[in-house]
Amino acid sequence: MTLLSIRDLDIALPVGADRLYAAKHINFDLAAGEILCIVGESGSGKSMSANAIMGLLPQGVKPVNGSITFDGKEILGLSEREMLPLRGGRISMIFQEPLSALNPLMRVGAQIAEVFEAHGALNGAERRERALKLLDEVGIPDPDAAIRAYPFQLSGGQRQRVMIAMALALEPDILIADEPTTALDVTTQAQILKLIEDLRKSRGMAVIFITHDFGVVADIADRVIVMQKGEIVESGSADDVLLKPQHPYTRALIDAIPRLTRGGDVEEVKHTPILTVEGLQKTFSTGSGTLFGKRRVVKAVQDVSFELYAGETIGIVGESGSGKSTVGRCIVRLLDPDGGRVLMDGADIAHMSGAELRDQRRKLQMIFQDPFSSLNPRARVSRILTEGLIAFGTPKADAQTKARELLELVGLDASAMMRFPHEFSGGQRQRIGIARALALDPSIIIADEAVSALDVSIQAQVLDLLAELKERLHLSMLFITHDLRVAARICDRIIVMQKGRIVEAGPVGKVLHDPDTDYTRSLLDAIPGQDYERALAEAE
Amino acid sequence: MIRFILGRLVKAVFILLAILVFNFLLIHAAPGDPAAVMAGEAGAADEKFLTDLRARFGLDQPLYVQLWIYIKGAVQLDLGYSFRQQMPVAELIGDRLPATLLLTGVAFVLSLVLGVIAGVAASARQGSWGDTIISTLALLFYATPLFWVALMATLVFSVWLGWLPGFGYSTIGAGYTGMAHVLDVAKHLVLPASTLGLFFMAIYMRMTRASMLEVSRLDFVKTARAKGLTRGVIQRRHILRNALLPVITLAGLQAGQIFGGAILTETVFAWPGIGRLMFEAINQRDYNVILGVFYISAAMVLLFNLITDVVYVIVDPRIRLTT
Repeated sequence: MTLLSIRDLDIALPVGADRLYAAKHINFDLAAGEILCIVGESGSGKSMSANAIMGLLPQGVKPVNGSITFDGKEILGLSEREMLPLRGGRISMIFQEPLSALNPLMRVGAQIAEVFEAHGALNGAERRERALKLLDEVGIPDPDAAIRAYPFQLSGGQRQRVMIAMALALEPDILIADEPTTALDVTTQAQILKLIEDLRKSRGMAVIFITHDFGVVADIADRVIVMQKGEIVESGSADDVLLKPQHPYTRALIDAIPRLTRGGDVEEVKHTPILTVEGLQKTFSTGSGTLFGKRRVVKAVQDVSFELYAGETIGIVGESGSGKSTVGRCIVRLLDPDGGRVLMDGADIAHMSGAELRDQRRKLQMIFQDPFSSLNPRARVSRILTEGLIAFGTPKADAQTKARELLELVGLDASAMMRFPHEFSGGQRQRIGIARALALDPSIIIADEAVSALDVSIQAQVLDLLAELKERLHLSMLFITHDLRVAARICDRIIVMQKGRIVEAGPVGKVLHDPDTDYTRSLLDAIPGQDYERALAEAE
Repeated sequence: MIRFILGRLVKAVFILLAILVFNFLLIHAAPGDPAAVMAGEAGAADEKFLTDLRARFGLDQPLYVQLWIYIKGAVQLDLGYSFRQQMPVAELIGDRLPATLLLTGVAFVLSLVLGVIAGVAASARQGSWGDTIISTLALLFYATPLFWVALMATLVFSVWLGWLPGFGYSTIGAGYTGMAHVLDVAKHLVLPASTLGLFFMAIYMRMTRASMLEVSRLDFVKTARAKGLTRGVIQRRHILRNALLPVITLAGLQAGQIFGGAILTETVFAWPGIGRLMFEAINQRDYNVILGVFYISAAMVLLFNLITDVVYVIVDPRIRLTT
């Protein structure tokens, strides 16, 4: 039975946007109990299409053509008032960022009860009762406590569960999930996906699932729509689209997915350590611990030791809060470690200061996660690239020449020199970030989630670039990531961290395919799309 | 919470003491002293007369002795004696304080309430003529000097229209009691309070409007819409509460400032408050009165900061109490 039917939908962007339509010629049907995945990279119009169903498009963005029929009735063009009973009642929605999607000043229970209130369902006591039941149903461990909690007191996964509980409150016919697991760790992602799948089964609810991750698609989708630049380029059953893609764009996207299984053996590197980390410790504490303040202590890094060999890439993987980023930051001394040693060429960086530290630091450079906030928005690229060189006494003209060479090295045109960061796309900015890190001729690069914010196709390009540069410039690399697929693609060895400690370390093939610890195994099991990857490998 | 407030009060005592010492030293670093001014006014400035005066006021003592005596008194709320006014300073301030508190308190509450309401109204109709009118008025109030508004208000409402009294705290010699007195004071209060409040109202309005618009773009507002809540509920429950946080911060800072800003208004409207007392005291080098007023002002600022922090904790559960 067709529940929702979209025909020839065009959504116009405000005048002056980079294109006329956010989405054009959108056609699809959704049957009761079906999971439909809309896949595409950022800017493909996938979220806009879904928001249009709820009538929740951002200001200035308007549907100009077509029809949306829900349950036999036209709902496009209904007034706000007419849309109210549908929203949250028959169609509900969950979003990407579970922290910002909840009101920070309201208790969880009140936010759930609000759904009933909005639709005039149940009385006060019953609402509370139902909220408790819902929280229990979505797998919140202690509903009684959770109902009185504020969002900031819950973990990311719990917040997303609360969002789902809220969305399910009135047993809607359709759940629209807009990248609901993108901001979560793999293990949490796996749990949330399973929850959505189970609820679909137990309630016969239809789901529109928007994502950029083909692994997730492979695990849950019945049908798939692929979008590019506002248009649907391919649609069909999950098996057809994923295993027999017709459109070149779909094929390119699937090829860009980093694989866990990697062809070819890891090259044996000579074991000459270039960086030795011994017993690294870092503890964060909040509150003064004096007079009236209460002290809270987080042991972010505990007794971490490893060696990085010349020419090698080590991946440090772990979930959020595992301390992997703190290790990176302690090594470059963005943070001061509380204990332990970081030896580079026999000198201990962990306890240096002043000119000595500055001198050592140029050999250790960092690439950051967010290509938007890691570049100074008020500085031209030429300044971003030459600042470090000039600080170390390179004459300005030489630094400029070098900067141009660096841009060429990372695949950008020299004309980029006079432009500002906002004039570039995310992938291009990350290239600038890489060029900046390379400016001081470092021997070690520390990349902290360097490709996590990028779309898969761009991610593949940047990873290739890093691999190539590593080869050409004889770099060693510490690659910090939460994504085991990415780690599999670029690393020689992998260190798995949990709660500030190293739980496992070894060559990529060993850690990813024959792990020693349960924790690593649970991380691996949680990676979405593994059956699909096997099927793909067979098809090849 | 109680532990937090007690902790802050203990700290406040030390801060007040430090301010006391600092003010004392600062004022004694300035050239001239009360004796010199009084002698100058009396026209008999011979050396003997000056020394006599200084001895009577205790100004011949070494500085640290004067400081010690002053602090000893201040701790017991004895702020010394004003030789100009022939009255204890504490009594002088005590006489004037209620008038100032009434004026600033009314102006503050009025500006905050009206400012927030205007800001919400403007933001709800962003870009409409209503928004334009409110925003333009706010800009006008914000840009006009306080004393000019005061003079114009007196001219229009008191001199031309004769609706409201233009100066003073109550009608002198009328001898009102009970309700009649309250009404009389209220009438006198209208012009100075609205003059003082206008500027702050403009600030709160602009702040509320900007903050409402910013919050309305946040994700949880979209969640609220996706729940099927009506616009009014979303505005009130979700947007306004979050939008008020920066307004509270600002209001807390300005609650202290509004106290000082009253000097000008009090002078123009001949309002018998602390501001005018200080103004006169500065002209007359009345050390004890100046120090006393400083002392009270500092205490008020500390008190308002504490109140702001407490309000913040009540409104925003994410804030934890640490002293």
